[in-house]
Amino acid sequence: MSRTTLIDLLYLVAATTFLIALKGLGSPKRARIGNIVAAIGMAIAIGATFFYQDAEGNSLEHINLMILGMVIGTIVAVPAARFVQMTAMPQLVAIFNGVGGGAAALVAITEFMHIKNEQPPTYVVLEVLLGVLIGTVSFSGSAIAYAKLQELMTGRPITYPGQQLINAIFGVASLAIIVALLVSPSTTFLWVLLALSFILGIAFVLPIGGADVPVLISLLNSFTGLAVAASGFTIGSNVLIVAGTLVGASGILLTRMMSKAMGRSLANVLFSAFGSNVTASGDGAREDGRTVRSGTPDDIGVLLAYASKVIIIPGYGLAVAQAQHVVRELVDELEKKGVEVFYAIHPVAGRMPGHMNVLLAEANVPYEQLREMDEANSEMSTADVALVVGANDTVNPAAKADPSSPIYGMPIINADQAESVVFLKRSMRPGFAGIENELLFDPKTVLLFGDAKDTLTKLVAAVTNS
Amino acid sequence: MGNALLQYATVLILSIFVGVEIVAKVPSILHTPLMSGSNAIHGVILVGSMIVLGTAHNSVEEILGFVAVILATLNVVGGFVVTDRMLEMFKAKPKPQPKKEEAQ
Repeated sequence: MSRTTLIDLLYLVAATTFLIALKGLGSPKRARIGNIVAAIGMAIAIGATFFYQDAEGNSLEHINLMILGMVIGTIVAVPAARFVQMTAMPQLVAIFNGVGGGAAALVAITEFMHIKNEQPPTYVVLEVLLGVLIGTVSFSGSAIAYAKLQELMTGRPITYPGQQLINAIFGVASLAIIVALLVSPSTTFLWVLLALSFILGIAFVLPIGGADVPVLISLLNSFTGLAVAASGFTIGSNVLIVAGTLVGASGILLTRMMSKAMGRSLANVLFSAFGSNVTASGDGAREDGRTVRSGTPDDIGVLLAYASKVIIIPGYGLAVAQAQHVVRELVDELEKKGVEVFYAIHPVAGRMPGHMNVLLAEANVPYEQLREMDEANSEMSTADVALVVGANDTVNPAAKADPSSPIYGMPIINADQAESVVFLKRSMRPGFAGIENELLFDPKTVLLFGDAKDTLTKLVAAVTNS
Repeated sequence: MGNALLQYATVLILSIFVGVEIVAKVPSILHTPLMSGSNAIHGVILVGSMIVLGTAHNSVEEILGFVAVILATLNVVGGFVVTDRMLEMFKAKPKPQPKKEEAQ
């Protein structure tokens, strides 16, 4: 067997492990092992590449530089991935996705420089240009997504007049440059395309609100996959085509599934600048004079301690305040008093689907106490108290009742059906979607303002003493 | 249009269908790890980065290839480690956890 055949065989092994991993990630039991299998497959592919030979039988040069680059990448990536707070996971995924897109674009650019003097066939140039365009959009788009989630910039959609038109012009200009490059492959045009793609990525992400950014990351993830597949065509590597296309295709489906979980279409997520119209007034009183009722920790502690069933609805506010451990203490105290307690987990609670499950699992909350939305809703009418911790949009009845509401149609947890409702909130500021929550003004609702961790700590004390 | 292109196109088409089929029934709770896991898999661009660096003819190509290797390594290593860390949380969940933490 020749060296090249052996290397191709090892690439086939790697591609197979990627399939096994994606399949495994579909079930909680096999997910972790699947991920490890893919990591091993990746190591095999990388190891094999050191022995790669080009068509003329030349081995790769600059091996030292390669190893140096890998060492630098690993030294940066491992601590970042290991020690970043669980709440910051989504932005971390965004960053790792963005650098992947960047790498795909750089591979395409370098390949372009290789081939531009050799009169390459049009389809090869096209593959390269698609790699540059998609990879760069993914890179700059992920950077903005990161900035939004990390709150380096506002999480609200950024809109300006004629936005869609301007974006369309950038898109058309990119296509025009691609056509120009196909006719005459010049490096100058390539730099223009690079700049245009970079701006396009930013312009595409700016109008998307923070609540929708996870869906966007999934889409950009899919883009990077496609850019990798395009590079695979250029270099002539099956493993790149298989892996890139798998991620590209599955990513687009996953993106659609995620927007469906929010009760919205993908087009609506991407182009509606969702959440830009903040309807909430931001203070307790509204124009119509209605006010909210706020309580003291002691009142609410008594309410909870003498309830027979309490349902806790956690949201991102809980995660931000790092209050997942305190909320577990509260549940322990309530159980000691004989109160039946469980958590109702909205599918998109937190910042990403499944995010809240991960955060609570980290705080050693037992699995049996977590109920999915449908199950929780069927028990809601028998609950004495629905305790909403740092959540807002996921319990907003407008999603069911008000067809004019931007979140109309989103599945929610029916906290309004409980006997009484307690909100632990930092302020009257509206939730991520930027819309008013009628439930806050309901006569059976009590609010306790403050950082979720502080208020929960006070509640634990109040429950213990009552 | 060469045979190679046709072969790559075959691989592309088949991969699209496999990719869609494979994630068609993932529960929403696993959407995040799935996204993160597939994020790690497209880090295979490291293979491409190594090839362009290894066949670089001049210093511009060398620099671009070198940066590509660093970025791709970040993608691959970070992607797998983050996914593993997420999935670690799922592992402990099916069994009840009898240990009681020290109170306060």
